[in-house]
Amino acid sequence: MAGPEFEVPALTEYTEVPKIKEGATAHLKSFIAAEASQSYLGYPHQLPADWKERVLDRMGQVLEKYRSVRVFMDACVHCGACTDKCHYFLGTADPNNMPVARQELMRKVYRRYFTLPGKIAPWLVGAEDLTEDTLNKWYNYYHQCSECRRCSVYCPYGIDTAEITMAGREILNHVGIGQKYSSEILVKVQKIGNNLGLPGPALEDTLLGLEEDIEADTGVPVKMPLDVEGAEILLVTPSADFFSEPHVESLIGYAKVFHAAGASWTLSSKASEAGNFGLFNGNYETMRAIAMRIRDAALELGVKRIIVGECGHAWRVAYAFWNTLTGIGYGGDDPFSVELQKRLDPRYPQPMHICEYTWDLIEKGVLKFDKSLNDDRVITFHDSCNVARGSRMGTEPGGQFTIPRNIIRAVANNYQDMAAETIGESTFCCGGGGGLLTDDLIEVRVKGALPRMNAYNNVVQGQSVNFLALICAICKAQFTKVLPYYGFDRNMVGGVHQLVGTAIKLD
Amino acid sequence: MTSLTIFYSVLFYIATLVLLGGVAYRIYEYARTPAPLNIPTTPAPTSKGGVAVRMAREVVLFESLFKSNKWIWLFGWLFHVGLALVLLRHLRYFQEPVWFWVEFIQPFGKYASFAMVAGLAGLWARRFLVDRVRYISTPSDHLMLALLIAIGLSGMLMTFVAHTDIVAVKAFMLGLMTFNFHPMPADPVLMAHLFLVAVLMIIFPVSKLLHAPGIFFSPTRNQADDPRETRHIAPWAAALERDRA
Repeated sequence: MAGPEFEVPALTEYTEVPKIKEGATAHLKSFIAAEASQSYLGYPHQLPADWKERVLDRMGQVLEKYRSVRVFMDACVHCGACTDKCHYFLGTADPNNMPVARQELMRKVYRRYFTLPGKIAPWLVGAEDLTEDTLNKWYNYYHQCSECRRCSVYCPYGIDTAEITMAGREILNHVGIGQKYSSEILVKVQKIGNNLGLPGPALEDTLLGLEEDIEADTGVPVKMPLDVEGAEILLVTPSADFFSEPHVESLIGYAKVFHAAGASWTLSSKASEAGNFGLFNGNYETMRAIAMRIRDAALELGVKRIIVGECGHAWRVAYAFWNTLTGIGYGGDDPFSVELQKRLDPRYPQPMHICEYTWDLIEKGVLKFDKSLNDDRVITFHDSCNVARGSRMGTEPGGQFTIPRNIIRAVANNYQDMAAETIGESTFCCGGGGGLLTDDLIEVRVKGALPRMNAYNNVVQGQSVNFLALICAICKAQFTKVLPYYGFDRNMVGGVHQLVGTAIKLD
Repeated sequence: MTSLTIFYSVLFYIATLVLLGGVAYRIYEYARTPAPLNIPTTPAPTSKGGVAVRMAREVVLFESLFKSNKWIWLFGWLFHVGLALVLLRHLRYFQEPVWFWVEFIQPFGKYASFAMVAGLAGLWARRFLVDRVRYISTPSDHLMLALLIAIGLSGMLMTFVAHTDIVAVKAFMLGLMTFNFHPMPADPVLMAHLFLVAVLMIIFPVSKLLHAPGIFFSPTRNQADDPRETRHIAPWAAALERDRA
């Protein structure tokens, strides 16, 4: 690895709130999407002559369609409660990374063109003309937001910057300014079936290889079924679980759980991706089109349950949006929803998180573990932002915090939480979420990881923690990349089901 | 009628119309704009009753702000509670006979003005002293605080220092409400106080004061966490479904 071309922040006991440094990350610009992916998605690929009208037109549409954006544009009083809550601000000191300032980039335009005071006296109320410079700022700073929603926890009106960032990216896409990384992934998942762009035969080979590995390792023929019609459970998991380290260790963990439970399950080559980058770009139709693959696969295979693997934003989309987008869930009485509901097993929540599934089996005593097999590990758990603040597990609010920890404690002897103000609903993003997991944003990613790295360093130093347990594919990839910048071993990173897979007893 | 009385009468009719009509229109806008996805900031209540409790904690106690920053919470809460008591105390100028509890809270309402102004002063100080808050403050943020403090101080001046003829004020206000006009007293402090209040009423529907109705429509706070049990679908999203079915 070549040395970084930027200064990696020093670790400190507490994450200090920096003095603002204007323009500190103004130069950080993610690569712009090219024509091929943009036109596939139905967007232009360069700024059209009438870009200004298009921006305002799209903004008007967003304001009509999303109550969140409309209310959030008006409600902010500039109190400052959010100003020290964003990990990117804490890591970069750029004031435009303060949530309120990030929102203001859009609010200035909103005031100028959509409110009376902004039309009459823009100088008074902080309204500004829409210029190409505005769009540049939008692009740069809406790609320095991981849509983690930490600011929304602390805002007295619940203003969620993620909603503004999504709207900003959506508007930018409509005038040809898309982000290369997200744009290409949105094409791959729709054309090929997953974000990594790996075709069905490659997936089949990989699963066969993994089955051989597990059998060689344990002597037990644990299967990884693909496209099995009539299976009871469809597992939808991020494609990184098939091909990346340490992700694949969790996939092995899921397979072992299903095996030990004697479950009938299958993966789908059509729905070989739980991730849905449609969320990140704020385009409802794209998000819906990607989510529909899961519904289609479920109907084709005739499954009765849908379970989602370890992936943060995927779980938010699955838990909170699938019912709306695809009818996977309950309560809908329209023909579209009912068609699916009559196939699904009503005894279970739909969809279900793999942690809910595993914890349920542990509580029922179905799974047996040799916890000592994890004794070389002192484990801490990082709450992934989308799971923590955008979803739930189990029946009680906060189950998304207790269930993964309960699983870890059930399969391992050494567990330590990080500082309370850095976990649970206050968790810090890994720094790579929301479509930022690309090398052209490595500086933002490294600096944005600072608050989490400080909290992690404290338990490494104080409690000898040596394993960072995760339930998100993006977190896993981000920490694997970023840990070495802060002097940690990248092999400290792993999944919760990697721990389950280590300790589970098979027969 | 004196020109003073006519001016203030017209001013208050306009201010009242703008305030009520403007806020009603904004509420209508918020209400008619759909929330297409279930986006409560979790952990969130799973029932409507739970949401009501969460919203009440936000509105009465400023719970999220308390989590965020104790100074902003302290100043913000002092100001709002002070303002609430002061406003309730003022009901007596708009009713005859005066309700018992309005009578009862008079002394509290009087002294609440100190909390109100102290809170505002604290909030204003932060706009100068904290570099992050200074960066995000616009001229209108400063003017809003100046306006509120001026209203508070002019009111306190009449309560504690140079008493105005409140019997005449009350007659003027009741007269506006019953179209049985009485003269507006020509007290400069009172004139300033009422003029600034009218200005505040007029800018309310086009300013950040919309945070007051806004919070009740904030989807991250007013939605129940029930997406697996309930299908949330906006009319425009349902139309997409029909078009493609």
